Amino acid sequence: MSEGLVLSNVTIKLAGTEIVAVNRRIGPGEVLTVMGPSGSGKSTLLSYLVGTLPRAFEGAGGIELNGRKLNGLPTNRRRIGILFQDDLLFPHLSVAGNLGFGVPPGPRKDRRQTIEAALDEVGLTGFGPRDPATLSGGQKARVALMRTLLARPEALLLDEPFSRLDADRRTRTRDLVFSITRARALPVLLVTHDAEDAAAAGGEPFLLGG
Amino acid sequence: MGRVFPALAVAVMIGPVLAGLWGAALPAFGHLPSAGFQGPSLIGLQRLIEWRGVVEASVLSVTTGVSATLGSLCIVVLIVSGWSGTMVFTWLQRVLSPLLSVPHAAAAFGLAFLVAPSGWLLRPAALFLGWERPPDMLVVGDPLGLTMTAGLIAKEVPFLLLMTLAALPQADSQKSNLIVQSLGYGRVTGWLKSVFPRVYAQIRLPVYVVLAYSMSVVDVAMILGPTTPPTLSVQIVEWMGSPNLSNRLTAGAGAIWQLVLVLAALLVWRAVERLCACLGRKWAGEGQRDVGDAPARAMGFGFLIFTSGAVLLGLAVVGLWSIAGFWRFPAMVPDTLTLGIWARHSDDLAATVADTFVVAGIAVAIAMILTVGCLETEYRRRRPMTPAAVWLLYAPLLVPQTAFLPGLQTLLLSFGADTGRAPVVFAHLVFVLPYVFLSLGDPWRAWDTRYATTAAAMGASSTRVLVFVRFPMLVRPLLTAIAIGLAVSVGQYLPTLLIGGGRVATLTTEAVALASGGDRRAIGVFAVAQTLAALFPFALALAVPALVFANRRGMHV
Repeated sequence: MSEGLVLSNVTIKLAGTEIVAVNRRIGPGEVLTVMGPSGSGKSTLLSYLVGTLPRAFEGAGGIELNGRKLNGLPTNRRRIGILFQDDLLFPHLSVAGNLGFGVPPGPRKDRRQTIEAALDEVGLTGFGPRDPATLSGGQKARVALMRTLLARPEALLLDEPFSRLDADRRTRTRDLVFSITRARALPVLLVTHDAEDAAAAGGEPFLLGG
Repeated sequence: MGRVFPALAVAVMIGPVLAGLWGAALPAFGHLPSAGFQGPSLIGLQRLIEWRGVVEASVLSVTTGVSATLGSLCIVVLIVSGWSGTMVFTWLQRVLSPLLSVPHAAAAFGLAFLVAPSGWLLRPAALFLGWERPPDMLVVGDPLGLTMTAGLIAKEVPFLLLMTLAALPQADSQKSNLIVQSLGYGRVTGWLKSVFPRVYAQIRLPVYVVLAYSMSVVDVAMILGPTTPPTLSVQIVEWMGSPNLSNRLTAGAGAIWQLVLVLAALLVWRAVERLCACLGRKWAGEGQRDVGDAPARAMGFGFLIFTSGAVLLGLAVVGLWSIAGFWRFPAMVPDTLTLGIWARHSDDLAATVADTFVVAGIAVAIAMILTVGCLETEYRRRRPMTPAAVWLLYAPLLVPQTAFLPGLQTLLLSFGADTGRAPVVFAHLVFVLPYVFLSLGDPWRAWDTRYATTAAAMGASSTRVLVFVRFPMLVRPLLTAIAIGLAVSVGQYLPTLLIGGGRVATLTTEAVALASGGDRRAIGVFAVAQTLAALFPFALALAVPALVFANRRGMHV
């Protein structure tokens, strides 16, 4: 049994042409950076990993997470968290409501404590009742991160999650994300076209297209 | 369960239409065992041809239908080309959108109360000239159907305008406008040459719906249309209501003939469309910058204000009649006001409102379940609807009501299934479902599915995503679709009348039934109640999300 996220000979074809071919293992706490120009199939790779590949594409190859085979499983049973470019906080729920969406069912008191601890961890103590629309970009990004982590994923996919933030917030948010994923020993697949992101993630970036 | 919803949706929309056409074809060819006729024979057709008014009624159906469609399309084109992107336009949109849900019958009554010889518009003239009595003119029910056409135009303009507005973004209207105007084109000319072809391709089906509807409308024709002879569709309904069962043969033949007329008109319209496209392409390449833009803009604005002003003013006069005490002829307002008329009709009204909303509520509930089921299936299977499926959605709206509803009634009668509200609900569903689907489809598909991916990645099941993420985020379009469905159902006349067999009385059937009696006060009460019944759900659809999500800025429009 191998720890981490294993992509064995993953290929994605569009109209018969191969656009993605990856064969990698991402160990616990490691970050694999996938780089490439827009349209090179970076996001398509992520959609294959979470199980939402559009019908126009043809995906093949094994996905294993901590020894579990994920192929054919619906998104909600893969235990892979995903963060997009946009925070995608649910606009109809409060900050606490958003975080609560991620927390697995359990006694109400425990859940509330979990949510409060998560807010404390990212410096948003007391933000629970707030309307997510009133938060700054960096705050939203942190809530989105914690929401995903509260669902206790075994791996994390990042789809250019820092590109909407200004330079200063970007560095801080990125450092926060990587320190948390390392602390939790999560395998991370980061998709970006920003060299700084790749440098911060460490390791050799994987280049797609071009 | 993948394909259950689409299959069910198609069945409830197309099934009754096909059954109804079959049920009309049988008596049309002389087969009606319950009245002692064994077909096939040509009795039905023969009787139809022998009817003295057949030519005139057929011509009326074509002229009123085509001119109503052409008129409303022209007004919409002039308005959108001349005014889109301006403040005036934004304001017009706001004023016009409630008009969309005003039932046809109520709008028609409003117009009748305005333009009749004793109507509100003539009163200033009568006061000025000192007339004691209304002049003897035939305005409402004129033999050419002009008033009826005007009534149809007033109601179809908001519908086509809304459809056009929805098509504008996909036609890149704003950018194209900017570019052609920078090339020196006038607003109207530039829009017609650059944007209109793309927009028309998208509103083609709604235009066909307006044509089919206007050619075969019954309630508006009964209120505003000619009587000797009436339009073909009104005559079909009269034959259906005749105690002499053999008249159903003629009605069946009439229904088939009405269908042929509408299909022929659609084909001719399509041919003229191609001709216009051909000429238009030549015209667009010729380079004229400004072909009477200023008068065209003024005309568009004038017509729109005129038609929608007439509906609004008409409704106000209808409302006034519902509380009018003594009201002499040339006086502009009644001498006294009273709630006595409402009180007198209150028992009636309560029962009718209950019936109206029971039918509408059940039909809309079924329509919503089917629509959401279809859209969610489409999303989960990641397979978008094909153009053929879009045509299927419009099909029940393209077949004239008078072509299949009489046959449906005859069929139900022969099964003994013509009792109670259930058949009426299903008859309403034929019309409610397409509108609900058309209203919800675009916002449903425009929803960012990454929300669903994010939620699913946190372990949420598809059902949980649907109920706790998608529904709340789409609460506005969902409620709007419900409101549209209710308004469509509330406004239905013929399905209730024919399929209900007189046992289901809704606000619309009651109001139209009062038309021939001429009791303006009673008409006022039912027409106002009908309008409120259609508008009230829209008010709720606006107010509820605003209240519930008052503290969620991301949920505001």
